[in-house]
Amino acid sequence: MASVSAHAVGVTYHGVDSDVVALAGADLELADGSSVAVIGPSGCGKSTLLLAVAGLLATSTGSVDVGGEPVSGPRLRTSLILQDFGLLPWKTVRENAELGLRIRRHPSSERRARAAEALERVGLTEFVGLYPSELSGGMRQRLALARALALDADLLLMDEPLSALDALTREDLQDLLLSLWLDRRHTSVLVTHSIEEAVYLGGTVLVMTPRPGRIGSIVENPGMGTPGYRQTEAFYAKCAELRGLLEAEGALHPGGGAL
Amino acid sequence: MRTWLRRAIGYVGAIAVMLVVWEAASLLLHSPALPTPADALMQVVEQFPLLAPHFGYSALRVVVAMVIGLVVGAPLGLWLGRSKAADLVAGPLIFLNYPVPKAVFLPVLLVLLGIGNASIIALIALIVFFQILVTARDAARSIPAASVLSVRSLGANAWQVFTNVTVPGAMPEIFTALRIGAGTAVAVLFFSESIAGSTGLGYFVFDAWGRVRYGEMFAGILAMALLGVLLYEAIEFAESRLCRWERAGR
Ligand SMILES: Nc1ncnc2c1ncn2[C@@H]1O[C@H](COP(=O)(O)OP(=O)(O)OP(=O)(O)O)[C@@H](O)[C@H]1O
Ligand SMILES: [Mg+2]
Repeated sequence: MASVSAHAVGVTYHGVDSDVVALAGADLELADGSSVAVIGPSGCGKSTLLLAVAGLLATSTGSVDVGGEPVSGPRLRTSLILQDFGLLPWKTVRENAELGLRIRRHPSSERRARAAEALERVGLTEFVGLYPSELSGGMRQRLALARALALDADLLLMDEPLSALDALTREDLQDLLLSLWLDRRHTSVLVTHSIEEAVYLGGTVLVMTPRPGRIGSIVENPGMGTPGYRQTEAFYAKCAELRGLLEAEGALHPGGGAL
Repeated sequence: MRTWLRRAIGYVGAIAVMLVVWEAASLLLHSPALPTPADALMQVVEQFPLLAPHFGYSALRVVVAMVIGLVVGAPLGLWLGRSKAADLVAGPLIFLNYPVPKAVFLPVLLVLLGIGNASIIALIALIVFFQILVTARDAARSIPAASVLSVRSLGANAWQVFTNVTVPGAMPEIFTALRIGAGTAVAVLFFSESIAGSTGLGYFVFDAWGRVRYGEMFAGILAMALLGVLLYEAIEFAESRLCRWERAGR
């Protein structure tokens, strides 16, 4: 069970010159097995919120519970995928996929088997012996996903995982993320800067306010996950609704460009 | 083409160029202190039985000293690079001492440890230690936060972060320091052996110089050069084995 419930979370960074209040009173309620997209202006604290849920950051106020347990450090079945994938350049594809299991001291035969299965699922079986620098951006992202799958993660926290990819690869991976979620029904939190991506992958879209960040509005998106959603009127309407919300917040540049 | 073959061809080419320049210089200077390559190589062959044990002493000293410098310097540097508290205490101490030329301490070491292996090894180890310490510390500091975060998110403890991220992340730079250190080490070896030894190539070269045996002297110089090249190649080989990912994706 991986429901997420955060109350009045505040995080202050102690910077070199001054302190930065990154989050102030953020609340978050995610049901087990939900897929949530988080969107908001740059610097509003999205990454910070994710790190707090992952147990990698001490909160200065409030509390975070995952699966009913208070978070005090990294949790066994929470997987974090970062902007630049967080792969280790000195480990091969197989070693990267096995890393979580190795850190948790699973026996090597089990590691092999689970990593092989996960790599198969993301289509990287042929590339097990390569290093990340020998992979394309899309393949690296698949590898980061394989690592989470090998761990049998029930909570997947993703920080702009697809932002570095070109448009075609990006759609390809969005489809992979969607099909993984439809298969496994893990709890998924996706931070993104793309309105279309948020609507395509978020059953609920959370819009954050400018820093110090809070959850500003919650947009339900019941069409998410239906076949061919990307081409429907409902999809476009939802994107427009979200765009309006962000514009009202001043999160979009004049002219309605990217965040 | 295989890398080692390419390397071998590179070496052969470089040696050919060197021989030509050397031959020309020797003909131009026409001094007994710079024999022609052919004469010098003849000397190496002739002096081989005498030269070999000195080569052995020098090689042993420099290798032992570099291993000590590495084994002490690398872990300490990595630790200082990752631990703010440790760095706060030890950092100033190191940076006060780093710019001091260690070679001037040879007389002190000679008094403390006596003439011979111990002081020579100690001096070289000290120099290599500082070079590796400073490099390892900087390398550990510049390890990307994302690498550390992603491994920590997998539940890694401090030791696992160290072995999975810090050590491999800093390894290429430590190898670079080791390579630069090898050059310094051989130079210091020469210097200290010529002062504090009755064995070793440094002693051999200076002894021959004192006896105006320029042929022998040159044989010793060539042996010293060979020692440097072998050391460098050994480090290069170790790096290619331990840092395989560096050659990937180029
Ligand atoms: N390690 C840190 N030290 C000091 N301040 C930080 C640190 N990390 C983030 N901040 C500050 O906290 C605020 C929130 O940062 P965060 O990375 O969570 O934003 P974000 O919403 O993920 O932004 P983006 O969309 O650009 O990725 C920013 O103002 C940032 O400058
Ligand atoms: Mg961010």
